[in-house]
Amino acid sequence: MSDQPTIDLSPRISDELRQTTCYMCACRCGINVHLKDGRVTYIEGNRAHPINRGVLCAKGAAGIKQVMSPARLRAPLRRVGPRGSGEFEEISWEEALETAVSWLKPLRETAPEKLAFFTGRDQSQSFTGWWAQQFGTPNYAAHGGFCSVNMAAAGIYTLGGSFWEFGTPDWEQAKLLLLFGVAEDHDSNPIKLGLARLKARGARIVGVNPIRSGYNAIADDWVGITPGTDGLFILSLVHELLRAGKIDLDFLARFTNAPVLLDCDPRSETHGLFLRDAEGRPLVIDRRSGKPAPWDGEGVEPDLRGRLRRAGVTHRAVMFELAERYLDPAYAPEKVAERCGISADQIRRVAAELARAAFDAPVVLERPWTDFRGKAHRTMPGRPVAVHAMRGISAHANGFQTCRALHLLQSLLGAVETPGSFRFKPPYPKPAESHPRPHFQATPGAPLDGPALGYPQGPEDLALHEDGSAARIDKAFTWENPLSPHGLMHMVISNAAAGDPYRIDTLFLYMANMAWNSSMNTRGTMEMLTAQDSDGEYIIPRIIYSDAYSSEMVAYADLILPDTTYLERHDCISLLDRPISEPDAAADAIRWPVIAPDRDVRPFQSVLLDLGARLGLPGMTEADGSARYADYADYITNHERKPGIGPLAGWRMGPHGLTHGRGEPNAAQIDSYIGNGGFFTAHIPPEAAYYKPWNRAYQDWAVGFGLADKPQPYLIQLWCEPLRRFQLAAEGQGPVQPPEHLRGRIRATLDPLPIWYAPLSDAVEDPAELPVHALTQRPMAMYHSWGSQNAWLRQIHGQNPLYLPTYWWQKLGLKEGDWVRVTSSHGGITVPAAHMAALNPNTVWTWNAIGKRKGAWALDPDAPESTRGFLLNHLIHELLPERGDGLRWANSDPVTGQAAWFDLRVKLEKSAAPEESQPVFGALRSPIGRGTGDC
Amino acid sequence: MTALPDRTERRLGLVIDLDTCVGCHACVVACKGWNDQGYGAPLSDQDPQGGAPQGTFLNRVHSYEVVPERGPAQHVHFPKSCLHCEDAPCVTVCPTGASYKRVEDGIVLVEEDACIGCGLCAWACPYGARELDLAAGVMKKCTLCVDRIYNEALPEEDRVPACVRTCPAEARHFGDLSDPESEVSQLVAARGGIDLMPEQGTRPVNKYLPPRARDGWGEETDVLAPFLAPVAEEPQGFLGWLDRTLGRL
Repeated sequence: MSDQPTIDLSPRISDELRQTTCYMCACRCGINVHLKDGRVTYIEGNRAHPINRGVLCAKGAAGIKQVMSPARLRAPLRRVGPRGSGEFEEISWEEALETAVSWLKPLRETAPEKLAFFTGRDQSQSFTGWWAQQFGTPNYAAHGGFCSVNMAAAGIYTLGGSFWEFGTPDWEQAKLLLLFGVAEDHDSNPIKLGLARLKARGARIVGVNPIRSGYNAIADDWVGITPGTDGLFILSLVHELLRAGKIDLDFLARFTNAPVLLDCDPRSETHGLFLRDAEGRPLVIDRRSGKPAPWDGEGVEPDLRGRLRRAGVTHRAVMFELAERYLDPAYAPEKVAERCGISADQIRRVAAELARAAFDAPVVLERPWTDFRGKAHRTMPGRPVAVHAMRGISAHANGFQTCRALHLLQSLLGAVETPGSFRFKPPYPKPAESHPRPHFQATPGAPLDGPALGYPQGPEDLALHEDGSAARIDKAFTWENPLSPHGLMHMVISNAAAGDPYRIDTLFLYMANMAWNSSMNTRGTMEMLTAQDSDGEYIIPRIIYSDAYSSEMVAYADLILPDTTYLERHDCISLLDRPISEPDAAADAIRWPVIAPDRDVRPFQSVLLDLGARLGLPGMTEADGSARYADYADYITNHERKPGIGPLAGWRMGPHGLTHGRGEPNAAQIDSYIGNGGFFTAHIPPEAAYYKPWNRAYQDWAVGFGLADKPQPYLIQLWCEPLRRFQLAAEGQGPVQPPEHLRGRIRATLDPLPIWYAPLSDAVEDPAELPVHALTQRPMAMYHSWGSQNAWLRQIHGQNPLYLPTYWWQKLGLKEGDWVRVTSSHGGITVPAAHMAALNPNTVWTWNAIGKRKGAWALDPDAPESTRGFLLNHLIHELLPERGDGLRWANSDPVTGQAAWFDLRVKLEKSAAPEESQPVFGALRSPIGRGTGDC
Repeated sequence: MTALPDRTERRLGLVIDLDTCVGCHACVVACKGWNDQGYGAPLSDQDPQGGAPQGTFLNRVHSYEVVPERGPAQHVHFPKSCLHCEDAPCVTVCPTGASYKRVEDGIVLVEEDACIGCGLCAWACPYGARELDLAAGVMKKCTLCVDRIYNEALPEEDRVPACVRTCPAEARHFGDLSDPESEVSQLVAARGGIDLMPEQGTRPVNKYLPPRARDGWGEETDVLAPFLAPVAEEPQGFLGWLDRTLGRL
């Protein structure tokens, strides 16, 4: 032992530990940033943080390389060469801001809608949306339209809250988890922690995914479904459960609209709408009296078998419609199995497993509570079936209805907000009606009269001008996609280039790589961004872009406002937006500058406030014309959305000192957050922790904390009346009428009960000619393109083969190292191939956004991301192929406008190996070259 | 050429659960981050922005497919780092004594000042668990975060290897495998933990917990069938059942 070297077992870790919030993906974990001599030396998870409880993923741990990345932009830039060339000159911030003002001020004074302001991976949407509203343009949204708006919208319209930020599986008590395709950051560490909890308790995990990797690799059972058929699979499960009577009747009667009475007279003007009383309250039959009563009446016991004949019209409970719809043999496992690419036995096994978990061993908490009708319950019974899903079922043209089908399944099992199932996270639950409606009437020199985005309840809420034309550049809230609460970012450039519905002047983008991996039809998008009219003017006259890094989009902007990295800035992860709450606690968080920028860059939100003040926008300007907020930190501290409610809920100022939730601004608020590790948590009382939409204790707590102005209980909307209103209009009822060519589609797809229909592209693409489904997955160690500059992460995912199932691998006679030609109705790519057995037999896939354009991200031209990496985006168009009706139909969900990325069909051929993945695009001239920084 | 201790006082090591590892690489990067600023020379990266980026990692995750005779193919994620073998061939092959196994806890370490970068140890290791750092010219390997696990500057709960602290799927466990009462030993006993490549005779300290059986519902048909016994085949029958059932509520 004496021979052993003596080593220092207790070396000093750091000079200082600073706790902030990660931004290496959208998960928003707490991190401990270690510093030595002012430099970041190590990043680890914050054990006290509610999201990640100390753990941290590969991306988060690699943040140090992102913060010192050579790809960081260094100073504001003005384009000097042709758009797309990448030729820029550095300018001062004053010049940059005055340039932007000189473009934007005339627009605001004449036609505010000529500014289209769209943000990508923006975690400050309550602020950027408010800025757009103050500017007065309706043309604002973040990237949800091309991400997972189907999941979000279906959740909000059906359950009153959606998965991920606003709800979560009950990892502690679930006995079965049904997990559908999930994008890594929706979310990252909480799902992994949750799966570990399930495994530790011996709970069962069923993975429904064409690809068995990642979370599906550790699932106990794998349903290798054919893409786009999840809804059919789910409705077959519903069929089986109804047939077996394995549904929670008590839950359905009390907490869903299954007992609400519907007008069932096809000749009635209100056919399919709820029967309401004089105050507009939907009615049920009260089991106590057998008479109609308002759904929320004191002591009412709603009857699932309710029927009422009134004024010559028959009314029946929604439950009748449900039974008739889903007991139809068309949903029998044998009928759907082939289409879903799985066996009827497997469907039945999943159904039986759901029934066993829900009804054989319910979780019952001995916790008395009182519901909104005043009924006292002695216990909190729960059905321990948890469900999680995200982009996999969402990014299809039938995604909205598929997500609705999933929520129907949960509701039939009584597996919503009950112990062991799915739990809301504050500020949710909220009734869909409580959300704002879209606002779109642009007025020169004035703010918009409300937020641009919202949740329409019927045709009268659409963002249409009097002549029926779209008010928004992305055609959100039109008959083409009426319920598009996240907008359609993937249509903005396409519509602006086509001047349809109108021309815009300035396209202002933040953190959205639209010239590369964030667009469908990537080459076409580059052409649209550079298209000129006959006078040689760009059709999109001006483009402003803010990003921290030298992404592909930079080359296509005229003015670059360089952002900081996430460790150099203030942010708030706000309850007004998408906070970090947990089922048992409301929680929000901040970022703060744990290091100072070493470049001439500014945090984007502070820049927006500066621009707002220079433009004289209300809310950002004092009466004397001076800026109201010095920077974003000042806004976070002092802005009030309404009296007592600001961006952060913790440590506000009450009449007797510090308070939480409602309260006056507190100048030391951010210091309090820093002192608490960067976040704030307010615990929900135990008696309020479940059954939240219906639980008086929760409703009262939410009002007291400032999440709502009054208690707002509601029912799960199995029958979605807003959808029926659009359908009724398509049937000819009402003053606001759809264009003729959309009537049929609206009737077919805006069904008030969940339905399944084949992806819309199937109508114009021959499955025999294009027999293979092509998907992407986001790698756990890489967050979209922002990860590719990261010296550590790119060693894990520096290139991406196309994975082929055994059937196609053998059919094409492929061997290791071979390449394949992949052709869609839109284009072709030639890429490296690899074999994967654990794959649906007619599905191929690759990692998302690994392929890079030469010259971007400070990578060498021979970087594998550019030579062997590739994008599937080249195969996908934002419009469906022409079908000879003189119209071009969007490649989007007809309800929400969600981009239907995963409806992609291709054919495969073996190819000779090209020198590089095809297509090849010319190298961009990078404004930062290979950059400077610490790789 | 370098002697192993006759015995070690403890056998500290990792137990890695292949049933729960989702292959996220969190452990890989946490390890890189900690050890880049920790014990010995930093973990360098060659050509970090270029065509062939290649750096030193002390822990890597591999993925394999398993195609059973019956049932669908499976996917196994397999993290791999030094297993701190009791009969560590990397130590005995070391010509300078730089590689050694600590008596007090069994950790296999490289004393970098004594390492000549000859690479014999990497050649001798059957697991490929050692990497020569091309910038420093010394052999790097998992230290089991020897500069964390006893570190008095860290809170007690953080005195575990960086990979264990960060693992989001809680698939990595650290402890004394010589103590049958330790949590890791209990896990190994309960889950049938295995040695990696036991035929090599290296007696690794680290253990792997094998994946539990997958896709087992085929055998449960009789158990599950009653849960789907029909109460009705069509809407009228269903509504009758509804009437009867609600009547009883």
